[in-house]
Amino acid sequence: MTTTAAPSTRTRRGLFPRPTATTGWVSWLTTVDHKRIGIMYGVAALFFFVVGGLEALLIRAQLAGPNGEVLSADAYNQIFTMHGLTMVFFVVMPLGAAFMNYLLPLQLGARDVAFPRINALSLWVWLAAGLFLYSAVFFDGLPNGSWVNYSPLAGQVGPDPASLTLQQAAAAHQSRMLFYSLGLQIAGVASLASAVNFITTVLNMRAPGMTLMRMPVFTWMTFVVAFLLLFAMPVIGIALWQLMFQVRFGAPFYDPTNGGDPVLWQHMFWLFGHPEVYIMILPAFGIISEILPVFSRKPLFGYTAIVFSGIAIGFMGWGVWAHHMFTAGLGPVADAAFGIATMFIAVPTGIKIFNWLGTMWGGQIRFTTPMLFSIGLVSMFTIGGLSGVTHSLVPHDTQQHDTYYVVAHFHYVLFGGALFGLFAGIYFWFPKMFGHKLKEGWGKLHFALMILGFNLTFAPMHLLGLNGMPRRYYTYADGMGWNFWNLVVGVGALIIAASFIVFVLNVIMSRKEPHAGADPWDARSVEWLTSSPPPVHNFDEIPTISDRDELWYRKYAQSPDTEPVKVPAGGAGEENPGGPYGDKVSGKTAKELGIHMPDPSWFPLLLSIGLPIAAYGVFYEGVTMIALLAIGGVITFGAMLGWALEPSAEEHH
Amino acid sequence: MSADTATAHDVGHPPTNFGISNTKLGMWTFIGSECLFFGAMIATYLLYLNRTNDGPTALDVFDIPFTSASTFILLMSSLGMVLALDHLQRNNIRGFQTWMLTTALLGATFLAGQIYEFTFFVEESFKLETSPFSASFFMLTGFHGIHVTLGVVMLLVVWALSLGGKFGPEKAEAVEMIGLYWHFVDIVWIVIFTVIYLIPVG
Repeated sequence: MTTTAAPSTRTRRGLFPRPTATTGWVSWLTTVDHKRIGIMYGVAALFFFVVGGLEALLIRAQLAGPNGEVLSADAYNQIFTMHGLTMVFFVVMPLGAAFMNYLLPLQLGARDVAFPRINALSLWVWLAAGLFLYSAVFFDGLPNGSWVNYSPLAGQVGPDPASLTLQQAAAAHQSRMLFYSLGLQIAGVASLASAVNFITTVLNMRAPGMTLMRMPVFTWMTFVVAFLLLFAMPVIGIALWQLMFQVRFGAPFYDPTNGGDPVLWQHMFWLFGHPEVYIMILPAFGIISEILPVFSRKPLFGYTAIVFSGIAIGFMGWGVWAHHMFTAGLGPVADAAFGIATMFIAVPTGIKIFNWLGTMWGGQIRFTTPMLFSIGLVSMFTIGGLSGVTHSLVPHDTQQHDTYYVVAHFHYVLFGGALFGLFAGIYFWFPKMFGHKLKEGWGKLHFALMILGFNLTFAPMHLLGLNGMPRRYYTYADGMGWNFWNLVVGVGALIIAASFIVFVLNVIMSRKEPHAGADPWDARSVEWLTSSPPPVHNFDEIPTISDRDELWYRKYAQSPDTEPVKVPAGGAGEENPGGPYGDKVSGKTAKELGIHMPDPSWFPLLLSIGLPIAAYGVFYEGVTMIALLAIGGVITFGAMLGWALEPSAEEHH
Repeated sequence: MSADTATAHDVGHPPTNFGISNTKLGMWTFIGSECLFFGAMIATYLLYLNRTNDGPTALDVFDIPFTSASTFILLMSSLGMVLALDHLQRNNIRGFQTWMLTTALLGATFLAGQIYEFTFFVEESFKLETSPFSASFFMLTGFHGIHVTLGVVMLLVVWALSLGGKFGPEKAEAVEMIGLYWHFVDIVWIVIFTVIYLIPVG
């Protein structure tokens, strides 16, 4: 990891010389630096956010009035399915992963994650999965069974039979279901690798003095999420394999005409799917638990309670999945048990909400953009949480099942919760990642438009749902009483789109903002102890941690009765890029400082290319199938072998 | 992946907080995930135990003495794995090579038994598409077989690398990781064997 490496020191490893570039596109393709990987996750996820958002606009254009003709029934089914899959697997999860990658080592006081190359592998495999899934447009169409893809729908119904013969329809349907099962299967590999990596990092790589109960809450939530991923991904993995064997090889796992049980898919899907909703929301909870104390100028109220309620959510999240299945006919005992468990899981979530309110209570609040987005999360998530917990009542849930009321609920928690938190994180850590802040005025405009558009879009869906409008229908008749609110929803969606354009403009126009320094927000945690952006090795010297809010206690002396008083800076000096209270950042490279960092590698990227090639093989018969499986397999296993023989870091001479 | 062990020390981190290396902790974490992987398939199998679509039942097709023998062979391979690691740690490369090869061959024998069994079943019209019972049987034992295959490949690769010299106790942790994986695959077979072959049906 050095700019000065002469070509003679490049080491040939099998097919490739070891990459040494630190700038240019090769350095990004081969990087193992958690910060670059985090940035690439974020940029790619925002790209997918645009795609998923355009899909949402198409949906709303189709439904803005009765008897819409923007999309055919078949196109609508594909679009709304891909909207769900994109937002869940390719926007919210990877945006969370972007922050985890970027912040986890910095907040722990480490130089990198435990397995830097596996980290790069997660990124590339995830990206390969997204491109693979969307490559379905070049075949027989995108998946069209909704993101939950229930059987027997997944096993039988083809696209619009009006224009296709039954045989064509069956072939197209098989192709779409294979894209669903194999695409998500590949994405799951990435999540699983991340989970192993993050758990090991948190347990093993903490700086001296960084005990578990001194870790920032975002790191804690990452730790919990990693366990959820670790145990949820294999379950959906098996379900997806079973689906693949059913649609491609005739194994009757979920086929009720052949002895299979479609409810098994629902159990497997939601045994993954419910932990999945916590996988999406807990990173956002962690983010705002970092932001609220900074802009309230108070320590986080009830740190221990927030951490333990996060852990409690992680445990209890495994015992509530059947509340998605109250209309499946599980029987009164199961329904009651899962209803009660669902009521209980609202308790730790409520604890968090009250702790955030307690953090803000009596604080010196600064309404910066990250703070506004955080408050947006607390308020909007509370609305979504309240409509959610009422669904623990089985009769109530049965009434709302598959109506727009449910769509309203989960957008309030996923958009109003997770996405508001993730945007708060973008505004908060942008100066750490890129060295300058985003413009506050434009940020506040972004927030104002987003919360307005959000509520215009999703609040009326409660009313539509209560008035009986079903989800997933591609059109509706005039005279149902749904026209007005659907038009409002359409307008709201356009305002959300406008808010995102404001965000993009803000990023572009903020390029010339002055350098923000190491600690632009008067922040509290360890990542602000180093320069913005941090050097490749994060810290010249690993910081020693003695407090939960390490940086705050370096900056301020405090007694219970008085205002915090700034203490004189330590030895590092005002000119230090890491800040006067931060760790000394000399600007020297890791090599000059004698720090061995892992070297870049081609193998994670290479390995990720092999998986989709093999997956395409499943679509074909005979020689083509064997050839694609063989090519994909050779690339995958060849990359694994090359990886195993390549040391993580070359010997530098 | 074993090379990542070196990272923790190479990049100047203090000794790990948990006291065991990143590689070993990561491997145990991965094995935790594998438990759910097999657990989901075992749950499916138990659900579909009697859904045979009037096709062959477990009583019709399974040959318990045959599978017991191949189970014994697989379990013995775990002993070979332990001895191989022990020889490597004491820098007895010849003994290490012998036991690695023995372990791989025992695993391959188990696989040969499974291939024979599958072929026999298909001839008896007990196929993947026959019934939910047959599908969940083939998937559970098949994915276990794939795990064994990967293990055999890893064992043979390490064995082949050790023939080239330059192989000593410093590689013991990498071998230990393969060993952890191998023992897990053996242990999960004990569960699978019990569930599939020893639980009565009907």
